[in-house]
Amino acid sequence: MAAARARVPRSAPAIEADGDLHARLSRAWGREGGVAGWFSDIDHKTSGVRFIVTAFGFFVAGGILAALMRLQLSRPENTLIGPDLYNQIFTMHGTTMMFLFAVPMMLGVGVYIVPLMVGARNIAFPRMVAFAYWVFLFGGLMLYTAFFFNAGPDAGWFSYTPLAGPEFTPGKRSDFWAQLITYTEVSALLVSIALITTIFKLRAPGMTINRMPHFVWAMLVTSFVVVFAMPAVMFASTSLITDRLVGTHFFNPAEGGDALLWQHLFWFFGHPEVYLIFLPALGMISMIIGTFSRRPVFGYPGLVIAQIATGFFSFGLWVHHMFATQLPEVGKAFFTAASLLIALPTALQIFCWIATLWTGRLNFKTPLLFVLAFFVILVIGGLTGIMLGSVALDLQIHDTYFVVAHLHYVLIGGAVFPLFGAFYYWFPKITGRMLSETLGRWNFWLFFVGFNVTFFPMHNLGLQGMPRRVYTYPADMGWNVLNAIASVGAAMIAVSMLLFVVNVAVSYRRGARAGANPWSASSLEWATPSPPPPYNFAAIPVLGGREPLWEEKGIAGRVEGLDVDTPMALVTTLVDAKPDHRSIQPTPTPWPFLSAVALTMFFVGSIFSPWAVVWLSIPVTIAVTIWFWPREQETQEHLALERRP
Amino acid sequence: MSRREADEVIDVSALPTYVYGHRGIIWWGTAGMIAIESTVFALAGFTYFYVRSRVDQWPPSADAPDLLWGTLALAIALLSLIPNQWTKKAAEEENRAKARLGLFICLGFAIGLLVVRVFEFSALNVRWDTNAYGSAVWMLLGLHTAHLLTDFYDSVVLTALTVTGPWEGKRFVDVSENAMYWYFVVIAWVPIYGMIYLAPRLL
Repeated sequence: MAAARARVPRSAPAIEADGDLHARLSRAWGREGGVAGWFSDIDHKTSGVRFIVTAFGFFVAGGILAALMRLQLSRPENTLIGPDLYNQIFTMHGTTMMFLFAVPMMLGVGVYIVPLMVGARNIAFPRMVAFAYWVFLFGGLMLYTAFFFNAGPDAGWFSYTPLAGPEFTPGKRSDFWAQLITYTEVSALLVSIALITTIFKLRAPGMTINRMPHFVWAMLVTSFVVVFAMPAVMFASTSLITDRLVGTHFFNPAEGGDALLWQHLFWFFGHPEVYLIFLPALGMISMIIGTFSRRPVFGYPGLVIAQIATGFFSFGLWVHHMFATQLPEVGKAFFTAASLLIALPTALQIFCWIATLWTGRLNFKTPLLFVLAFFVILVIGGLTGIMLGSVALDLQIHDTYFVVAHLHYVLIGGAVFPLFGAFYYWFPKITGRMLSETLGRWNFWLFFVGFNVTFFPMHNLGLQGMPRRVYTYPADMGWNVLNAIASVGAAMIAVSMLLFVVNVAVSYRRGARAGANPWSASSLEWATPSPPPPYNFAAIPVLGGREPLWEEKGIAGRVEGLDVDTPMALVTTLVDAKPDHRSIQPTPTPWPFLSAVALTMFFVGSIFSPWAVVWLSIPVTIAVTIWFWPREQETQEHLALERRP
Repeated sequence: MSRREADEVIDVSALPTYVYGHRGIIWWGTAGMIAIESTVFALAGFTYFYVRSRVDQWPPSADAPDLLWGTLALAIALLSLIPNQWTKKAAEEENRAKARLGLFICLGFAIGLLVVRVFEFSALNVRWDTNAYGSAVWMLLGLHTAHLLTDFYDSVVLTALTVTGPWEGKRFVDVSENAMYWYFVVIAWVPIYGMIYLAPRLL
């Protein structure tokens, strides 16, 4: 660390409040104690941590399901798990990892970090974000409740029709899947709006748009991708459930519908989905590489443009999931080209990062290890992606274990490794304690080796013809050894995850004190104590540079004139971040929680009766009305501070 | 405060506590919802034309929807933009009585539209479960009706608030944003009307 300071001009002292100011600001931005206070909390840090912890819980659940699958496949003709349960398990695994882990986890990190990074005291629309969290939690609990009652979905995580339609999947299994989708997408859409607004309007003065940290850019692009991609899957799942429950025919070829319509709608969402998991990870990587190379990341404009380009291109790739269908070949050729095109912005970013690492003075801590692993794993996943982008090859290995290997290399290498780097990087900020480096290295190496041992053999299994989603295989296919190896790798991953949980549990209580800026990093979240107080910053900082904590005048000053007894935010202009007006923010309330309860009743009820849509919309309406309706006392306080435009 | 003395201090105490339009936070929330819902409408339209591409005859085994009620809805919707803009301006002038009157007039138009909507559903000449064409048409009309209903209810609550209070300046922003959302509901109806009523006749 001392060496780091030699190069980095100074590590600015934390912006802290003295006793009286701290007490008043804490009252304005904090919440009441007790159970009611807990359910009323709308602090973005609370919502962010809740998203992260809950999504990690689902990650563990999805991981246990994966381990069960590897146990079943560890030897041929295994009878541990039957075909029906196996179908539910792989569907639950995919659904959990995509909808209940990856997206909410990335958005949750954004909810926690972005307001701190832009120098705001809370996220925009904090009640809506709290509501989004509860909706997400209840959706996940509903799905797992259904699973434990043997009503877990069993048509795969992309739930293709006609298999998932009323004819081939009677019962409620696919209905629970479709409603889960609606839950999680509502949640993600609301969070995205809050993030976009926070990034556009709540940046500290001086944080012009070309000074925004890379992670903020990443979350901005991600949020826009969510806004335009997620409606597709909500629309698709709604059409699926009306096909199943009230007899519409969207996906029924006998009545003029088309099963492929599902694939178009699903993958129009599904491919951007990959990128909205991947893009936040790119932002995390840029932050970690900058900090642990001890220099600003090379090529700021290039990286930003690459992220935006990736967001755009992600909408032009969906048909490459459908090469095995009867689409016009010319169309497929277009999507092959588009699929290869997206390698360009990704390569640009990787070159920028390599240049940064090359010219930096590396500090080999655990976060950096996870990022370096990203390079290895993502490049392999990218190469198999180029292979799959070719229609001719794709037809041969479609729906084989080659695809399973590819997608895990891309998603785990591209998102989960950087995410673990981010856990180690930001854990000190969130808890005030450092994670253990020793356990971190064990966690990392076991994960890295275990991952490759699990998934690399799957390439070969796929090339040898092993189809995905089979619950067992005959002994004489020649797949025994590679499957056994993959299962050993899965066990290594499980141990590494256990070490991570132990590390978190131990370090949370007994880890070394972190202080405000343990990594000597440059961005604003490190300018406030760890964990940050309820109001984030004692004074809104005024930025003088792109690396505020590294530059001599990086934090050029502070803002005065915001009331300290009410939650009053400073709203700035979109491009230049010039102070524009002050905005009194919402106060804690249990109604987002109660509205989410009402909405859960509505969604679950709609699975069982179309009339529930009518009757159960009443409690939802009542709840959101009370949520909106202003309180007399608060209005009086606002009037006392009011200044007309 | 442990800051250095030479720091620049920006005093914002003279800045307003609320503003209208895209400078404000609420506008971005409304705009975000509009972006999401426009995407949903676009996908419903895509579905309509996708289903159409699968059959030879359009509409398949049904008469095209009757023009009367849908066209009437279009007329009412477009006319409602006049009191809508009037209400928006009244809100931005911070005239509570005028804004309240405007909201009541807008509510009248919304009720008229909802009544006509009931007849529209009965004049589609196809049920949602007849065939995929019927499903697509009901989805388009149903989605738009959901927006009518939610914005109608939203306006009811706002109107009640203008009557009872508690009132403060930033509630005028809510009225102004509500008018913006109504613009979206009306403008969305134009292409949806075209798809439901004109596409079967002209295309």
